[in-house]
Amino acid sequence: MARKRIRQLIRRNYEYFSLPLGLLLFLFLWKMAAGFYEPFLLPSPAEVWARFQEFQRQGLLLRHLSATFFESFSGFCLAAVTALPISYILARNPFLEKIFTPYIVGLQAVPIVALAPLLVIWFGFGVTSKVLIAALTAFFPILTNGVVGFRGTDRRFRELMVIMGAGRKTIFFKLELPSALPVLFGGLRMGMTLSVIGAVVGEFAGAGRGLGYLVNTARGVFDTPLLFVALLVLAILGISFYLLVSLVEYLTMPWKRKE
Amino acid sequence: MAEPVIEVKNITLSFQPGTPPELAGVTFHVNEGEIVSLVGPSGCGKSTLLRLICGVLAPEKGTVKVYGKKAVPGCSGLGFVPQDPLLFPWRTVLANVRLPLEIKAGGQRDEEELNRQARELLQLVNLNGVENKYPHQLSGGMKQRAALARGLAADTRLLLLDEPFAALDTITRIQLHLELLRIQARTGNTVLFVTHDIFEAVFLSHRVVVMGENPGRILGEVSVDLAFPRNPKLMGTPEFSRLVGKVHDILEQGWGRE
Repeated sequence: MARKRIRQLIRRNYEYFSLPLGLLLFLFLWKMAAGFYEPFLLPSPAEVWARFQEFQRQGLLLRHLSATFFESFSGFCLAAVTALPISYILARNPFLEKIFTPYIVGLQAVPIVALAPLLVIWFGFGVTSKVLIAALTAFFPILTNGVVGFRGTDRRFRELMVIMGAGRKTIFFKLELPSALPVLFGGLRMGMTLSVIGAVVGEFAGAGRGLGYLVNTARGVFDTPLLFVALLVLAILGISFYLLVSLVEYLTMPWKRKE
Repeated sequence: MAEPVIEVKNITLSFQPGTPPELAGVTFHVNEGEIVSLVGPSGCGKSTLLRLICGVLAPEKGTVKVYGKKAVPGCSGLGFVPQDPLLFPWRTVLANVRLPLEIKAGGQRDEEELNRQARELLQLVNLNGVENKYPHQLSGGMKQRAALARGLAADTRLLLLDEPFAALDTITRIQLHLELLRIQARTGNTVLFVTHDIFEAVFLSHRVVVMGENPGRILGEVSVDLAFPRNPKLMGTPEFSRLVGKVHDILEQGWGRE
């Protein structure tokens, strides 16, 4: 009887169980695998946790985390602020879109890893070059989704608004923007996570702070537990950004809830 | 005699220059307080004619006048109910009905006052208790009621409807016919109703204007001298059948000419 009830409980609430269960399984497999290797090749979860606490106590973690956070977040904002207006202009002018599309695709095809050293030479080892690299990585998904989103406005709705006597500004705020939002958020979510990658790539190319810099230095002295700490913190940063955009999405699109 | 509310004179329109015209020599009018149906096969240019009256299309030849002035978009007092309800999915039912009011009010507007007016309109079309729902949560009939309420917003005196009930089941459709007639009797609005349903056209109208296709043109007109308020039982009477037959005869003339 009791066993049946437990099974039912799990079946009904599996979405709450799946996440911690998966995490536990992952930690278990990791611990098992770590038994076969030297700590400098694959440290165990306990060793990484100990290194994390030690590093945390020295107050160094926050220093590196805040640098990467600032670079990726400002890079993302810069990308969004430039890419969204440009995407609107391109979506409304097929002629301009035809002219610029080849260049946009071409720029997007250049690996950001290859561009990063150049930007570091131009803008120095400081924060500026990292913000720019993060912005550049986040720029294109936001732009392309923006073009698709703004181009998707239903003509019949537009005509209806014209019949009601709406001007361009009203049509933008009451039709074009809300109807594009779901697609825009797709791009923003992608851009947000990509900006973290951009910031780390920038730090690889030359920096004195940040989680990417930490990965680089930890590798140099074979401090593999520290490298794992940096990787995990980076993953958490990326996930938090993703959740942040999802939260804003949830708040701005009440009509998409409960579907 | 008073000036007609809608005056369409000798309209000719092609989709592209050089192609056979979609509308050729279309002339008709709608008087103040009248309910007129435009009936014809699909593709005869009925909806195009409505877009001309709304001012979002311009004719090649001829004139379209609304309240004695050239038709332009955003004409005050004109309400439009499209074929699909076209309710904005990101707006609640109340906000959808409020939209024309918001546009008319422009920058300085009193939210509460607009909401009050929108609620009154929802009551007028008998749509209660759903003002905070989103369109996708409504049934087809409720959506059309909301679209009707929106069409009536912003002091509508002239209501244009483009096959608004075509997608509804017969029972819901008859309910909405009665609703439309009741509202018209109360407001005295002028109504132009586009449909491909002969029965609907005769049941609703003072006058049925019959259109033919290739090119779109007016074939004739039937005056419906049945008393208001109308009852659905009317559709079983010989008088009703005679009028439907008359419209049908006119439509048939159009088929003969290829």
